[in-house]
Amino acid sequence: MAEPSLKASIPSAQAAVAEPTAVLATDQLLSMYRMMFLIRRVEESLLELAESGKIGGAMHTAIGHEGAAVGMAAALRKDDYLTCTYRGHHHSLARGMDPKRAICEVLGKAPGFAKGKGGSMHFVDPSLGLMGANGIVGAQVPHAAGMALAAKIRGEDRIAITFFGDGALYQGLMHETFNMAQKWKLPVIFYCENNRYSEMTPIARTSSVSEIYQFVRAYGMESIQIDGNDVEVVYDAVSKAAARARAGEGPTFIEGITYRLAGHMAGDLETYRSSEEIEMQRAYEPLTQLQQKLLDRGVPEDELNRIRAEVEEEVQAAVEYAVEAPWPDVAEAYTDVYKV
Amino acid sequence: MRKTTYIQAINEAMRDEMRRDERVFLIGEDIGHYGGLFRVTRNLMEEFGERRVIDTPISEQGFMGMAVGAAMVGLRPIVELMYMDFFLVCADQIFNQAARMHYMTGGLLHVPMVIRGQQGGGKRYGSQHSASVESTFAQFPGIKVVAPSTPYDAKGLLISAIRDDNPVLFLEHKMLYFTRGDMPDAEEEYTVPIGKADIKREGKDLTLATFSYNLLQALEAAEELKAEHGLDIEVVDLRSITPLDMETVLTSVAKTGRLLAVHESQANAGIGAEIVARAYEEAPYLLKAPARRLGMAPASIPVSKPLEEELLPWKKNIKAAVLEMLR
Repeated sequence: MAEPSLKASIPSAQAAVAEPTAVLATDQLLSMYRMMFLIRRVEESLLELAESGKIGGAMHTAIGHEGAAVGMAAALRKDDYLTCTYRGHHHSLARGMDPKRAICEVLGKAPGFAKGKGGSMHFVDPSLGLMGANGIVGAQVPHAAGMALAAKIRGEDRIAITFFGDGALYQGLMHETFNMAQKWKLPVIFYCENNRYSEMTPIARTSSVSEIYQFVRAYGMESIQIDGNDVEVVYDAVSKAAARARAGEGPTFIEGITYRLAGHMAGDLETYRSSEEIEMQRAYEPLTQLQQKLLDRGVPEDELNRIRAEVEEEVQAAVEYAVEAPWPDVAEAYTDVYKV
Repeated sequence: MRKTTYIQAINEAMRDEMRRDERVFLIGEDIGHYGGLFRVTRNLMEEFGERRVIDTPISEQGFMGMAVGAAMVGLRPIVELMYMDFFLVCADQIFNQAARMHYMTGGLLHVPMVIRGQQGGGKRYGSQHSASVESTFAQFPGIKVVAPSTPYDAKGLLISAIRDDNPVLFLEHKMLYFTRGDMPDAEEEYTVPIGKADIKREGKDLTLATFSYNLLQALEAAEELKAEHGLDIEVVDLRSITPLDMETVLTSVAKTGRLLAVHESQANAGIGAEIVARAYEEAPYLLKAPARRLGMAPASIPVSKPLEEELLPWKKNIKAAVLEMLR
């Protein structure tokens, strides 16, 4: 059942909430709005494809999580490394992955970025700094720390960011990684997308710590809790954490409060929360927030409508392309086992 | 020509590759300031510094995962597991991550890393510090597995493993560490290819395929079988478990007509069962008698010396198996 704290996007009065000091130019906010809407429409289209039986296995959409991805992409350099969870479509699209290739991959089609071998849970494109989404909860977190270690060994000033959910906090290797990253002052950002559910179990039933940004304080790590649905706030927090990392000041833990508007995965029965709870969260979700911000700045409604129509067309074309795209040659089943 | 210990050979391989290639670095528990529990990484921190020889907390999942991440962006980590039994602590990072990464990214990422350390019984370390792991690893495509038996092979194979673009498990054996063997001069560079077996003793009566410390036990068994029974055993040192050099094994079986595969991991569903099965699948007509495997009995390794010796597939058990096959 719904927790009382879900009434607000930021659930705690005592939280170390970052003030949105960065005010982005309207043009930049508009391109963020475009990307956020693109992510939303790709995810919704994927859910429709899953319902029609065209997608097998487990697929986890990030509807409601767009703020974290789009704010991050604007704050980091192209050569900064990123790892993420199986709920990772939004990070990849925000960093510039072609929706056509993304949807093909989820469908297991040949033009997918991994030839259909990785699918929804393994989004990757090293040319965009996307160093792998992971199917095992928390496994991608030491990878990012290792990439930060590599940057340090090489004397480069690139950093790594890793995304994980609140559900990952209870895996042992997270804490091993936090300890080493802080001890060695690695240039890495730990971004927790706290949607307040570990899959189907609410955070109140899993965590012994009520404010999870406080977990890493035991390691002496800088940590902050933000409204992860406000793209400007995310941009600001990630920018500052990146500056700290590049300056050799070590890792930052960002807890971005958010809410997953769709099920944990396609086909989730969602028996663990009420429709009232979901409806209540729509007032705080990233697209609604950004749209209001743009209207408040005097952007005409028509401009937003135009952007949405453009995106709609692009996503529709990508879906059609992917549905019609060929399957990989069966010989591909045997390739890429070893690098030769 | 000179002689070195097995430990020294491994140490030299790491030193030489670290001098040659800036991307190579070491990470693990007590490997730097202390020089490794078994002194295998001795003096390397002094030469290469804390930047490239990294002492970690006791966090196998964490540092294995960080090594995977560093390898994904082009470095070449060598991870020491203090006892190979500890692979179970960080198994996800080895199997689901390192081994599967190239495949599940359609070839976009690869993980050039070496996981090395010692395994095996014989020193009375008991159940959680004595297991042999090669058969478990053989179940996972995407990771190569080597287990040299001599200092020469150890150095040459470790250099090949470091230069390989895939994850490679490099298995040492605690009973081999202080064995000595012939080596070329320190300046002379050489490699031993991964996936190539080596005939360590020629014979005509039976092919004994094995590796690591069992190889030494097999050679001793072969000498005694010659002296006591006049038998000529051919001993094939597999050196690599993945990929397996069945060609060399079957060429030998073509000569002897008999095959015994020996290893220290569990006999049940072990690599010996695989070798025997492949002999039957690929060349059953070569076999004059049923092929057999000899591995660890279905028990954990006990501390007590006579109990440990009872279970391990060493010389006594190897001789008994050969005599049964040639009776």
